[in-house]
Amino acid sequence: MTNDLKTNASEDTIETDALIIGAGPCGLFAVFELGLLDIKAHVVDILDRPGGQCAELYPEKPIYDVPALPIVTGQELTDRLMEQIKPFGPVFHFSERIDGLERQPDGRFKLTSDAGTVFLAKVVIIAAGGGSFTPKRPPLDGIEGYEGTSVFYSVRKIESMRGRDVVIVGGGDSALDWTLNLQPVANSLTLIHRRDDFRAAPHSVEKMRVLVRDGAIRLLIGQITHLGGSSGELSSVTVKTAEGEQQIACNALLPFFGLTMKLGPVANWGINLHENLIPVDTERFETSERGIFAVGDINAYPGKLKLILSGFHEAALMAQAAHRIVFPDKKVLFQYTTSSSSLQKKLGVK
Amino acid sequence: MTKITFIQPDGESQTVEVENGLTVMEAAKLNDVAGIEAECGGACACATCHVYVDEAWRAPTGQPSDMEEDMLDFAFDVREGSRLACQIKVTSEIDGLVVRVPAKQF
Repeated sequence: MTNDLKTNASEDTIETDALIIGAGPCGLFAVFELGLLDIKAHVVDILDRPGGQCAELYPEKPIYDVPALPIVTGQELTDRLMEQIKPFGPVFHFSERIDGLERQPDGRFKLTSDAGTVFLAKVVIIAAGGGSFTPKRPPLDGIEGYEGTSVFYSVRKIESMRGRDVVIVGGGDSALDWTLNLQPVANSLTLIHRRDDFRAAPHSVEKMRVLVRDGAIRLLIGQITHLGGSSGELSSVTVKTAEGEQQIACNALLPFFGLTMKLGPVANWGINLHENLIPVDTERFETSERGIFAVGDINAYPGKLKLILSGFHEAALMAQAAHRIVFPDKKVLFQYTTSSSSLQKKLGVK
Repeated sequence: MTKITFIQPDGESQTVEVENGLTVMEAAKLNDVAGIEAECGGACACATCHVYVDEAWRAPTGQPSDMEEDMLDFAFDVREGSRLACQIKVTSEIDGLVVRVPAKQF
């Protein structure tokens, strides 16, 4: 997406026919089905790229049940969908999460992202899969009480870590990158990982080893078992290593245990939910709120199967229903892309 | 059919019988064993089917692959015998397998 659009967004409201929440395969295909019916879409996703679970959980793993593609990886499927929807010019807003949704007096929906982007949409399509990807919280007693003050799952400003006793946990790129970036500003830095093997890029691991050798940082092979501190301020962590338990001074803890999916703000939008899923009807795939649709893994109806192909079908039917709201005075003429010159024009067929 | 026993953190145990060829994660899900989430559905991509293989069963269940070892970095309280249940195939060799479910899967 263009940066201009993103900058303007903080001052101006983005008006769109449809706002799609989630850029996984179902959200992407919804762009296609809406596009065939002249419904323009903006797409918001908390990840920094399209593909949803396909990109985040299994980009390299083969999928065998997408019709007509005997084997396709999560990444290939995403790439092909991006190519397929290109003619419809969807506008993507990555690394953003929709937090607020309110119906306006004119029937449209006002949606606000955590980055402050405001959208006004005639219809909303929730294609949020298993929910939004959020950092995993280590199940240590009392950790919630330190979050935001001493426990951080991401670092926005390196300066905020100046002079602190930083403990980083993990063995992937996030853990290693932050170890290298924060070492110069931290008062002390300890990297904790459960084993002496690191998934992170080899050159980062090499740099980290040099810092350990020079005594600039400490590396502990073990796991955190206990947090010590009071009134939201962490003062120590207890680490269990092969040699036993030890307490180390810490007032900034950065755990990097990957991402998990949480339903998130969807729960606060006044839509009926059932066991963290959104019940829909199977004609329109509309939620309990008119104009808000749900497709893909996040919806529920009798006989529901969490398959990509089911989400594609749901998107096609949803688009018909969305059309009635976006263009109440227009009739939809059912057409095939093979034979319809008007559909082919939309698809850019020459 | 192969028997697998799941022991919960509170000591409660549940023995299930499943067909060979499934995974231990699938055996747990089919029998509603508590504490095995398997968020990713068995793709070795989430570490929410973490179990501790009882000492006696570590040889027949084998060692985690490199991919599984990497994914175990995302599990909490990894110990000797930590495995991802989706990566253990059910075979006659592991008939009677005992695994412990961790207190938390994250």
